[in-house]
Amino acid sequence: MNKPIRTISIFCLLLFLGLMLNVTYLQYYRADSLDHDARNRRAVDAAFSRERGAILVGRDPIAESVPSDDRYDFQRQYAKPLMYAHITGWFNYYNAQSGSCTSCQQRVEQTENDVLAGNDGRLFVNRLVDLLSNQESKGGNVQLTIDPAAQQAAFDGLRSVVGPSGQGAVVALEPRTGKVLAMVSLPTFDPNRLASHDLGDVNAAADALEADESEPLLNRAIQTTLPPGSTFKIVTAAAAIENGLYTKDDDVPGGPTFQLPLTSGSSGLIDNEGRDCGSDRIPFSQALENSCNTTFARLAIEVGADKMAEQAAKFGFGQDYFDDLTPQARSNYPEDANEPQTGQSGIGQFEVRTTPLQMAMVAAGIANDGRVMRPYLVDEVQSPEFERIDATPSEVLSQAITSSTASQLTDLMVDTVDFGTANPAAIDGIEVAGKTGTAQSGNPDVPPYAWFVSFAPADDPQVAVAIMIQKAPGIIRDDIAGGLLGGPIAKAIMEAVIK
Amino acid sequence: MSQTRASQPGALMGFVHRRRRGAELFLLILALAVGVGAYAAVGIGVEGHVPADIVGYGGWLTALVLAAHLVVRVVAPYADPVLLPVVAALNGLGLAVIHRLDLATGDTFARQQLTWMTLGVLLFVITLVVLRDHRILTRFTYTSGLGAIVLLLLPLVPGLGKTINGARIWIGVGPFSFQPGEVAKVLLVVAFAGYLVLHRDALALAGRRVVFVDLPRGRDLGPILGMWLISLGVLVFQKDLGSSLLFFGLFLVMLYVSTERPGWLVVGAALFTAGAGLGYYLFGHVRVRFDIWLSPFAHYGEGTDDRAFQPVEGMFGLAWGGLIGRGFGGGSPERVPYANSDFITAAIGEELGLTGLIAVLLLYGLIVERALRAALISREGFGKLLATGLGAIFAVQVFVVIGGVTSLIPLTGLTTPFLSYGGSSLVANWVIIALLLRVSDLARRPLPDLSAGDVEAEADVLSTQVIKL
Repeated sequence: MNKPIRTISIFCLLLFLGLMLNVTYLQYYRADSLDHDARNRRAVDAAFSRERGAILVGRDPIAESVPSDDRYDFQRQYAKPLMYAHITGWFNYYNAQSGSCTSCQQRVEQTENDVLAGNDGRLFVNRLVDLLSNQESKGGNVQLTIDPAAQQAAFDGLRSVVGPSGQGAVVALEPRTGKVLAMVSLPTFDPNRLASHDLGDVNAAADALEADESEPLLNRAIQTTLPPGSTFKIVTAAAAIENGLYTKDDDVPGGPTFQLPLTSGSSGLIDNEGRDCGSDRIPFSQALENSCNTTFARLAIEVGADKMAEQAAKFGFGQDYFDDLTPQARSNYPEDANEPQTGQSGIGQFEVRTTPLQMAMVAAGIANDGRVMRPYLVDEVQSPEFERIDATPSEVLSQAITSSTASQLTDLMVDTVDFGTANPAAIDGIEVAGKTGTAQSGNPDVPPYAWFVSFAPADDPQVAVAIMIQKAPGIIRDDIAGGLLGGPIAKAIMEAVIK
Repeated sequence: MSQTRASQPGALMGFVHRRRRGAELFLLILALAVGVGAYAAVGIGVEGHVPADIVGYGGWLTALVLAAHLVVRVVAPYADPVLLPVVAALNGLGLAVIHRLDLATGDTFARQQLTWMTLGVLLFVITLVVLRDHRILTRFTYTSGLGAIVLLLLPLVPGLGKTINGARIWIGVGPFSFQPGEVAKVLLVVAFAGYLVLHRDALALAGRRVVFVDLPRGRDLGPILGMWLISLGVLVFQKDLGSSLLFFGLFLVMLYVSTERPGWLVVGAALFTAGAGLGYYLFGHVRVRFDIWLSPFAHYGEGTDDRAFQPVEGMFGLAWGGLIGRGFGGGSPERVPYANSDFITAAIGEELGLTGLIAVLLLYGLIVERALRAALISREGFGKLLATGLGAIFAVQVFVVIGGVTSLIPLTGLTTPFLSYGGSSLVANWVIIALLLRVSDLARRPLPDLSAGDVEAEADVLSTQVIKL
């Protein structure tokens, strides 16, 4: 009977080998994907209990983990929650285990989750040291590009204009690098409520935010596209100069009204809402100072639909360029527009839609000798001991216009602040370049949108700003104007950065 | 004297096994270090300090193991020295893990399990002391078979049987629950071995050839087939898939070993496939198990029927453990339902990692290897069949339950020998080890010295036995 017994022993060996191989597969090869399954509560619990790194602005944490004495070891806490809500997002039991995804709402807590949780490859050495010294592994810190003074000025300024229930957004960029110096969206929310360990509270807060018609969770700085109105005229002007049609010292077509080609009647008639735009030809600077619709509609037609679209694309329209918060709405310049549509587009109406970030990039591009830098929000990745491990490099997104075009545009925009509609942003002793905009919403029930873009100092730009006011309930319709509402906010932000 | 032995005709057989009781004692100390060490590690990991009752607990465990060792030393001096330490290590580890789960849930299963272990060691000792020669069991072939069937039928008795988790395999007497199937499996091995050793020649040689297989005569195969069919039918009726699989595998292995006909394996495989297919179409619960096995994640989480909660949580736990585990107290094995019985390997994998789980698998492999080795060197057929059968029980049971927990095969309920919480299983397994030690003791015991030549008759008996090998 020994032969079958030997056969049986080989069979048993195979059974055990099968078990061992399968266990190895499960605990080694498949472990990673199982650990990252969103339904895996162990991973969620662990992520939630770990001491996460801080999100830093300047030297202060705006999000940090503080010891907690309930069922989890740490509580995520947000300093200045309302001001930074759209940047930090929140970290709670439900999103602790979310994988990377570009289409879902992700803020720095999510996009930099690997660093904050300590799983990032760049923190490997730290993890190893922690392991060897038998310490609890801490997450790395994320240093943002935000300038705290600029952010404060943007938040205070915007909130005082639109009021507690108003809607609007502000973006400030450092033109030379693309650093986001300020990013504010209103209405806002308190991430501390969403990060509570009391899941009932969290659910109630989340439901209330979801149900709110003013969409407080929306980051209007990057996720809302609206017609930019007259602020878009700087793009039209850029295209006209870039294509050699005019220089800043040339006279451009003016006049009180302009009937769009192929149209008749009032719907195709463009006027200047009472601003002085001469009768025939006027200086380029006067056209921009007084934001002459008749001029820029005609310039756009003269440049042509294709060249206009090309110029807009060079500034970043139609592209994704911002990775630190997702999703990002793409700004739009209409393709294959006919002549009247191009005319409308030249003054930022028709189907032109842009995010505040995009308009800030237009201003920053002009400020930076025509080079548009890729905007970024995460400046540095730091070890738990605040040593710099990695820094985000500045990156040129495109050369939108030549340096000569940029300097001519700068001069025109400085004139617009000094003598024109953008005057509210003027700062004593500093040359400011700017442009206002008041865009028709296209719906008689919806008030117009007020825009403002600017940068300063004009000769050595340190900050470019875009302000968008979507809804300011306290302000009557006729008072909505980019210069009046946006100018003072822009001024405060620029002063905060420069001083 | 050894020189004269070497020159004898049976020179190859002249190898004399050493007793190796010292080695057993040394290995037992290592096993105790595993058991008591794991208990201490649980205290440190979960509560932050060594358990207060470590001396009493460790002392009791040591006393049990030493008592078993001393009894083996006296009544089975040539028994295999590895089996007892391996079992002691597994049982000690199981106690520690159950204690760890107790700490998470607030139960006191570990205390009860220690009581059951005491009873198990007691039965182990009684078996070894009473049963000086396992061949005595051949007298109880049919009694065992009948006993197994009665035991299997007990849970179906109204008022006595209890249905737990859909399977009616328990009997309850007062506060105690007992799984008679665990004892039945030992009796079945005894019955199969006893019957087959008598009828193996008839089964192997007499019969008709049908297609490729020599079918034995009905009167030879009948009784054993009847025994097997009844036990299997009972199990199917009780919805105990794991045990059905175990008994089927056991029956097949023993038939194959006794008849030396590989054809039986072919027939068995065909029958298994047919049975599995039939079960899939006839029984809803078989289908469900199969679906869960194929796509566990479709049955897990919100919005699903959540039937795969247990296996998926087990898989998450195993993955969470990774290579070296989270350490006692570092994981959440209590998330898995029945972590202290069927899914105890998931708890071990989570907190002791792949390393710990492979070690446990190797220990089980050692038990099987030692059982089959005893079967190989046993000098008579009954011992061979008994040891093979008992070894096969371990192999198949470990494969079915751990394979189920790790999603290698569909999940069927079986206890993990020596680790799982459960009195009937633990006690039965201790008796199995006692039987294996008895078989190996007789197998390794040196033949009485023939050169002394004192009793002619005994020499005759022995020479016939040697020739029989």
